[in-house]
Amino acid sequence: MKRTLLDRLLAARAERRAVAVVTQLATGEQRLVPRENAADDPMAAILDQGFRFDQSGVHRIEDQEYFVQIYNPALRLVIVGAVHIAQAVIPIARGTGYAVTVIDPRGAFATGARFPDIELYPEWPDEILPRIGLDARTAMIALTHDPKIDDPALTAALRSDVFYIGALGSKKTQASRRERLAALGFAPADLARIHGPIGIEIGAKGAPEIAISIMAETTRVLRLGG
Amino acid sequence: MANPAATVLEQANGWLCEGRKLALATVIETWGSAPQPVGSQLVIDEEGSFIGSVSGGCVEGAVVTEAIDAIASGKPKVLAFGVADETAWEVGLACGGKIRIYVEPLV
Repeated sequence: MKRTLLDRLLAARAERRAVAVVTQLATGEQRLVPRENAADDPMAAILDQGFRFDQSGVHRIEDQEYFVQIYNPALRLVIVGAVHIAQAVIPIARGTGYAVTVIDPRGAFATGARFPDIELYPEWPDEILPRIGLDARTAMIALTHDPKIDDPALTAALRSDVFYIGALGSKKTQASRRERLAALGFAPADLARIHGPIGIEIGAKGAPEIAISIMAETTRVLRLGG
Repeated sequence: MANPAATVLEQANGWLCEGRKLALATVIETWGSAPQPVGSQLVIDEEGSFIGSVSGGCVEGAVVTEAIDAIASGKPKVLAFGVADETAWEVGLACGGKIRIYVEPLV
């Protein structure tokens, strides 16, 4: 690998831009393909699949082997609500490769003592989310049950490309939430992006099991889509 | 944890800035119960120091030797390890998996 290509690769990673490195194995010839240019590449279909499923691999084209390495930005999980379930979600999220951010304007919840070694913002979601930047490698979960906090977070998430949006609350809570968000102008297709009640159905009891259910759903959406 | 490959490459950049000569080894294919997924990386310097992982320890020794050669020759190569391969048997890919690793100098 040439130093210039490594520099471009590292710059892309620092800016959270998705790129791929294509290597012809017989010759060592390499090219860097930004995701936004992938459609114009001779290996467009392979690159598209690779980016979508975060899948690197060897491909054989006309007797030549090419290794396509996908460098998607690191996964991030933004948790709105410095609550008990958040504490249970964090170790699973970290173990599955997410950088975790916790937001809660309630100072009594968002403390370093409750959330050691976590990027923690004791601020309102609508103030902090534009600064963090929500992108297609980010998942956001709203856990406070408080519309004053959850609704602005969900509004920001719906206006972004986040790959997963989850919101804690019963079916009844979800219905009234959808009504409030619809009143803000969101279409049914937008609102369908919110997974609520959050998590896959495993009969979870208590925060640790709910955390498993949330991270299982996040993983399913990341890996399988929808 | 979030992205092991990025960490390895960023550390490689630090080594390059110190003027060290490096090779990069990347897992490009796996079969069976290979311990490290495709894309896992190992960076090696000319002294044989390394960071990262391509196999969880089974073939790193052999890869480091090949990497030092690659730094000297300036040429990339593809290595294959597996139970059917005599070398792999020697270095002990005990998991029973097979892997291919691309070794390239950073120039």
